[in-house]
Amino acid sequence: MTAFAAEALDGAFADAPAEASRAFRAALDAMSRPGTLQHAGGARPPAPLPPAAGALALTLVDAETPVWLAPELRAGPVEAWLRFHCNAPLNAAPEAAAFAFGSPASLLAELDRFAIGTPEYPDRSTTLVVLLDAFEGAEAELTGPGIRGTARLALGSSRAEILALAAPNRALFPQGRDLFLAAEGRLAALPRSTRLREV
Amino acid sequence: MYVAVKGGERAIDNAHAWLAEARRGDVSVPELSLAQIREQMTLAVNRVMAEGSLHDPDLAALAIKQARGDLIEAIFLVRAYRTTLPRFGHSVPLETSEMAVSRRVSATFKDAPGGQVLGPTFDYTHRLIDFALAAEGEAPEAPTAPPLAERTPHIAEFLDAEGLLQSEPEGGETPSDLTRQPLAFPADRALRLQALARADEGFTLSLAYSTQRGYGRNHPFVGELRVGMVAVEAEIPELGFAVEIGEVELTECETVNQFAGSRTEPPQFTRGYGLTLGHCERKAISMALVDRAMRWKELGEDDVGAPAQDEEFVLSHCDNIQATGFLEHIKLPHYVDFQAELELIRQLRREAEAAQAQARAEAQAAKEAAQ
Amino acid sequence: MSTLARAPAERLAALWEASALPSPEEPGGYEWLRRPESGAVMLRGRAGAVGAPFNLGEMTVTRGALRLASGEVGHAWVQGRDKRKATLAALADALMQTGAAREVETAILSPLREEAGARAEARAARAAATKVEFFTMVRGEDG
Repeated sequence: MTAFAAEALDGAFADAPAEASRAFRAALDAMSRPGTLQHAGGARPPAPLPPAAGALALTLVDAETPVWLAPELRAGPVEAWLRFHCNAPLNAAPEAAAFAFGSPASLLAELDRFAIGTPEYPDRSTTLVVLLDAFEGAEAELTGPGIRGTARLALGSSRAEILALAAPNRALFPQGRDLFLAAEGRLAALPRSTRLREV
Repeated sequence: MYVAVKGGERAIDNAHAWLAEARRGDVSVPELSLAQIREQMTLAVNRVMAEGSLHDPDLAALAIKQARGDLIEAIFLVRAYRTTLPRFGHSVPLETSEMAVSRRVSATFKDAPGGQVLGPTFDYTHRLIDFALAAEGEAPEAPTAPPLAERTPHIAEFLDAEGLLQSEPEGGETPSDLTRQPLAFPADRALRLQALARADEGFTLSLAYSTQRGYGRNHPFVGELRVGMVAVEAEIPELGFAVEIGEVELTECETVNQFAGSRTEPPQFTRGYGLTLGHCERKAISMALVDRAMRWKELGEDDVGAPAQDEEFVLSHCDNIQATGFLEHIKLPHYVDFQAELELIRQLRREAEAAQAQARAEAQAAKEAAQ
Repeated sequence: MSTLARAPAERLAALWEASALPSPEEPGGYEWLRRPESGAVMLRGRAGAVGAPFNLGEMTVTRGALRLASGEVGHAWVQGRDKRKATLAALADALMQTGAAREVETAILSPLREEAGARAEARAARAAATKVEFFTMVRGEDG
């Protein structure tokens, strides 16, 4: 009586209240201290979704948060996993999405369409969850609220694309889009208030 | 100057302890069980569910017990509880035309298909206190008759078929939800109906009554009032199709309102609509009247300035939890605010007295100068 | 699923207890895919019963999903806040795909269905007895 393959059903938090609380704390710390790496574990989503992005989804995504999935995640086990465990509407238009999951390139291709919130409700924007392989290689320098002086974050070969994802935020503030970056079990965030430059 | 003070912790703890004792009452009297409240105070339970905006009879019964029978307090408890529940999704729109009716009356058509089914109603009781109920005893079993096989169609369907009833615009999109987004004006009908469905029964009744007395009169007939069980279906994402996840009792009222036509609409009957969780017929009828009154704009009627026509007035004041929260907070300490007011009044008084004294002195001086 | 969803929790537990079905407390019988969780489903009505949808109010619901040791998956979405009811409903859903299907049907589903039918019938019979029969009164007319 199920429309799902086995891999879509496994991999949720074993102890949801405790693990979701920890993942929420990780997301909060990542957003309030841009550039720091936080551990977000407990989820075992199907590839190519990094475990940290899975934990974030289990914690923040539900039936009331429309999700936009990049083409590389659609119609596969990732979509089925998110549908079963988060119960989320997954075919949202970019403009209507509360969260968008995808590679830096896929998110960049649709960037202009993701919501930036309204002047009255700047929070009604799309939070981008950027899926990376690792936090390694070429770095960006970060300044802004939550950062004492400057911070550095290794973005590797995706650096130019991530800089481009965050670039419009400066002119849009207080509207704009917040970014989570996820690689394996680790999470970083670039809220709309953070400024980035290559180093 | 702002002086923060704290204190009263022991007094509050003791007040809570006494509240618990007072709630229990005389311990020589047996304690109420939740099942007793649920089964024998059913209409109170229904009101708490409707205005608490959460269908769960056991929870409503517990809230009533905890609130010592203060229904607004019980509604407050249910509202607070529901905010802690994750929202799994929404139902498919409830099919009230498929309702298993326990009561169904029409004030407009005597011979409506499905008939006039009175159900367990107070309508024809004499409103004389029944002292027999003071003594314990089993109620006699109600008579039965072979169940009616036929479906009970909505009365409105008949007028609709003749084209004499204003048709309801369909809307496929997701209705706005005031529990998720702050109320903004102008509010569409979906928002107005949601607000009214959880609105205070007394407030809604009074507003509905005001329209009957001439403040935005809209000539309602109760086309139909029905109470009964309706199956709840919801789309289950893991299954990919809709299944029944329960059943709820609902009260539905459709009014048919006289309408002479307007600048935009031909002469026809118009509708008001009331729907509540549980058996709450006074509320459902009131809701239908107030719904109709607020539709003046879309029907091209004049705004006669009646309170029931003013959606901002109605929707901003119909919620008893909002209202009681703001009202009751004024009995909590406002020492600092009041101190400032007191200082202000004293100062104004000093200034006024000084001004009076000066005026007297000037008048005296002028008089002396004239002499 | 609908029979289980609206079943009284105590009744479902009692029928299960009396049946030959494995107790959910027996270790190793199944693993949770999603532990029972209570929440709410927003009930929607339609303006004028036929028009645009609106949000009426919520209903408590408990859901869960499990997988038997033999691999069958069972889902439950049941009315109310009773987690054991959701557990038994998910277990029944999974067992319906196994050799125990007949036992689930005869010991659980069929009695629940009958009892629900009897409750509905009792209400309908009382309603039918309050149906008004109109009599036309004889009018005094001139010969």
